[in-house]
Amino acid sequence: MAKQTQRAGLLQGTLDMLILRTLLYGPAHGHQIGKHIQRTTNEFLQMQHGSLYPALHRLERKGWVVSKWETAPDGNREFKYYRLTEKGRKQLLAEESHWKKMAEAVARVMWPAAEES
Amino acid sequence: MNWWQSKKRDEDLERELRSDLELEEEEQREGGVSADEAPHAALRAFGNPTLVREQTLAVWSWNSLESLARDLRFSLRTLWRSPGFTVIAVVVMALGIGANVALFTVVRGVLLKPLPFHDPDRLVMLYEAGLHEDGTPSFNPVSGGMYAEWKEQNRSYSSLALAKEIRVGLSGSGGQLPEKLNSALISWDLLRTLGVQPALGRDFAPSDDNPAANGTVLLSWGLWKRRFGGDPGILNTAIDLDAMRYTVIGVMPQWFDFPDPSTQLWTPVYHDKPEETMTSYSNHLFRVVGRLKPGVSASQGAADMKLISRRIHNAHLDNPFVFRSANSRPLLDHIVGDFKKPLYVLLEATSCLLLIACLNVANLLVARAEARRNELAIRTALGGGWLRLMRERMIECLVLSAGGGAVGLLLAFAVLAWLTHTRHDLSRVESIHIDGAVDAFTVGVIVMCALFSGLIGAFSTSDKRILSALHEGSRSVAGASSRAMLRKVLLTVEVGLTVILLIGAGLLLKSYERLRSADMGCITQNVITMHLGIPDARYSTPASRANFYDTLLQRVRALRGVDAAGFASVVPGQGQATDWAVTVLEHPPLPPGNGMSVLGRWADSKYFGAMGIPIVEGRTFDASKRLGAANEVVISESFRKRYFPGEDPLDKHLRVRGRDAVIVGIVGDTRYEIGEAPEPVQYLPLAAGVETVGTLVIRSSHDPEQFALPVQRIVSEMDPDLPVSDILTMNQLLGKSTLDQSFNTTLLVAFATLSLILAVVGLFGVMSYVAAQRTNEIGIRIALGAKREHVMRKMLLDGMWPAVVGLLVGLAASLEAGRLMRDLLYEIKPLDPEVFAAVAATLLAAAVFACIVPAWRASRLDPMQALRAE
Repeated sequence: MAKQTQRAGLLQGTLDMLILRTLLYGPAHGHQIGKHIQRTTNEFLQMQHGSLYPALHRLERKGWVVSKWETAPDGNREFKYYRLTEKGRKQLLAEESHWKKMAEAVARVMWPAAEES
Repeated sequence: MNWWQSKKRDEDLERELRSDLELEEEEQREGGVSADEAPHAALRAFGNPTLVREQTLAVWSWNSLESLARDLRFSLRTLWRSPGFTVIAVVVMALGIGANVALFTVVRGVLLKPLPFHDPDRLVMLYEAGLHEDGTPSFNPVSGGMYAEWKEQNRSYSSLALAKEIRVGLSGSGGQLPEKLNSALISWDLLRTLGVQPALGRDFAPSDDNPAANGTVLLSWGLWKRRFGGDPGILNTAIDLDAMRYTVIGVMPQWFDFPDPSTQLWTPVYHDKPEETMTSYSNHLFRVVGRLKPGVSASQGAADMKLISRRIHNAHLDNPFVFRSANSRPLLDHIVGDFKKPLYVLLEATSCLLLIACLNVANLLVARAEARRNELAIRTALGGGWLRLMRERMIECLVLSAGGGAVGLLLAFAVLAWLTHTRHDLSRVESIHIDGAVDAFTVGVIVMCALFSGLIGAFSTSDKRILSALHEGSRSVAGASSRAMLRKVLLTVEVGLTVILLIGAGLLLKSYERLRSADMGCITQNVITMHLGIPDARYSTPASRANFYDTLLQRVRALRGVDAAGFASVVPGQGQATDWAVTVLEHPPLPPGNGMSVLGRWADSKYFGAMGIPIVEGRTFDASKRLGAANEVVISESFRKRYFPGEDPLDKHLRVRGRDAVIVGIVGDTRYEIGEAPEPVQYLPLAAGVETVGTLVIRSSHDPEQFALPVQRIVSEMDPDLPVSDILTMNQLLGKSTLDQSFNTTLLVAFATLSLILAVVGLFGVMSYVAAQRTNEIGIRIALGAKREHVMRKMLLDGMWPAVVGLLVGLAASLEAGRLMRDLLYEIKPLDPEVFAAVAATLLAAAVFACIVPAWRASRLDPMQALRAE
């Protein structure tokens, strides 16, 4: 129950950025991406598959990632691996800088004293 | 996106989700979850795979038709699962749409399509007007003399042409019987004025259209095919019309039916009519068609004619029958004038019917939404978007009304086939068929119906209510009653519309009854009439004519079973036909420019007895006075009232038709047309040998129709070339002239009955639903000691109020609707209290009938069972 109340609603478009950023480490399949985001945020962001898969397919549709069925390193199963494209890399950069500006702007409003000191 | 592509994507996605889910399951196991629990735990962590799949696929197809197709399949499936509902909804829609499409097709064909002539907007019909200056525009036929003046003096029309409908006898030839045909006398330039060419052969030339020319005739396509086998060799051969030779010069196109749908022959008017008729200013016989010159407006043209008419009138002040003015109206208005009002009234009735059908379907949909509340609630809970559900319901409505539209179109086809078959008299009946515009209209109606019934249904359930449905469970008493409210409001509207239709139908029905029971002033039972005419050419002397009719009547009266027989040029119910100028010799001369014109008929001395027209005073003609000696006249009661007030007309003298005649008798009034007040009539003796054409009447106490054959045999023995036509009983003859009324009445009564049934079914449905919803409550009431009669009365009253409110609203609206129909009514007011009372009673009875069964069932409820049921 506690987890559920803490589950943060992601801002629109933020999930796309997180997925792209995750794929910067190399190709990964859906499950890995979800788990990675969950683990990195100390379970703060519970990945909902209901939005993860639509997001992945949306990115693919836009041409920012490509997908391919590949055998997993353990060798006995196939997964659909997503890979960042050049276009996706550019998009990541653009979104990152946009997000940074946004975060700074929000911070300036929220904690004005810290800014002055 | 192609379906195979989407299918591949679907499979791909399913595989992806499955593999990821398996991995999750594995991880759960590794995390210490038992093997049994792992799949469930994985699913919990993963979420609903089906929903994920749906949403992910939606990324690929959010604007595509694919989801529409899916919804369509879905709604077809749901409709298939509830065939009862589907069939009822489709049938109701089909009735509404079918009636509308059929009537729209008729209205379009008859009233809206331009006439099939060249540049038809420039064509007008011209009339003489203003003999009696009472202000109302009159549309009188035009005299030959006035036409000639108009043609010569006007500056507004590029051409003016004449037409007159007549009947001619076509002689038997090549083994075929002689027959009587509807024909038209036309001036040589009529077809040119309309911009029409014969399909075969040539048009009339000016040289055909004068008394000295040889007779020429144009045939209708139908006559050519039927009588002459469609043989092109008929051109330039001769046929005999009324014992005169005519050379066939052409055949008209199949669609051409001017001036009347039944016209089969066209002959030149100046050739056929004597010169004195064509130059008379007081013999008003003809229709005049004009084509306006470019740039001249219709009102300018009419003003031009008015001026000329006034000038001619002033130049002939001694002749009291020269009209002083003129009128014009578009040719289309002239042709369809009689049908315009009834058609629009019927169209309004069908729109009412359609609205009722939509309301009924909306009502069904609301009921269905209630029944599906749980399903919808669950789907909403699982993430089905509100819009998505809305769209699904709209598509369902669209499927329903499209189905209804398709069936309705078939229905319309059938109705139109029947209509064109039964209503030959309807002008332009040949231009009625379903075409692109009608198809577009059908599609429009379908979409409108779907939107209308769908939106009403959709607004009855908001998503909040859907969610609360699950909380409410089945113990819903308060919620249900508010939804029943919406259905009751729909019902109220439906009942109101039904009342309007019922009242319209009631008014027409009563008016029709009045019409049929109108006293014609003569016997209408057991009388048969036959039309007969002897050609002038062969019966040129008065003696030969008088002898023919003498012999004929003698032989007919000698037939076994004939109680009485007579002959008159025009019998009651055949219209005004002819009127004759008349002066009373004993009266001081009327001031110049004034004259009496009274309906005139030729009759034999026993005609009054045969028709049961009472002789009020004096006697009938003296049968021994024949030819020049036949100098007697009989007048009708209203003739006496109008022209001999306070004096005895017997033995006074009338100058009429060039002879001085003494009034020997006064007979009862008759109506020249059912539904018209009796007019004064004067009768001259047939024995004078002037008239050649008329109607033979035979009265017999049993089955007068048996005389059709013997009389035809007698006629053919006397003259083998003489056709007998229009063999009708008096009732059929009158029925023909009330065909229009009976048609309108039948249709409107059918519509009203249909809508009453729909309203009753709707009422019954809602009441049953309300009763079912309140089973629990009623059970408690009865358990607590409520009397069953009280329960029943309460349920009944509950069901009656939409009916009563609807009735009141409908009655109020009918005041307006009745006013609209005033022109169609005969001798009754639009606010006929009897009709209103009858409709109110019928409706209330129907409403009680619809409510009593559910109410009774509710009052019979076993409280224990009712409480246990929940």
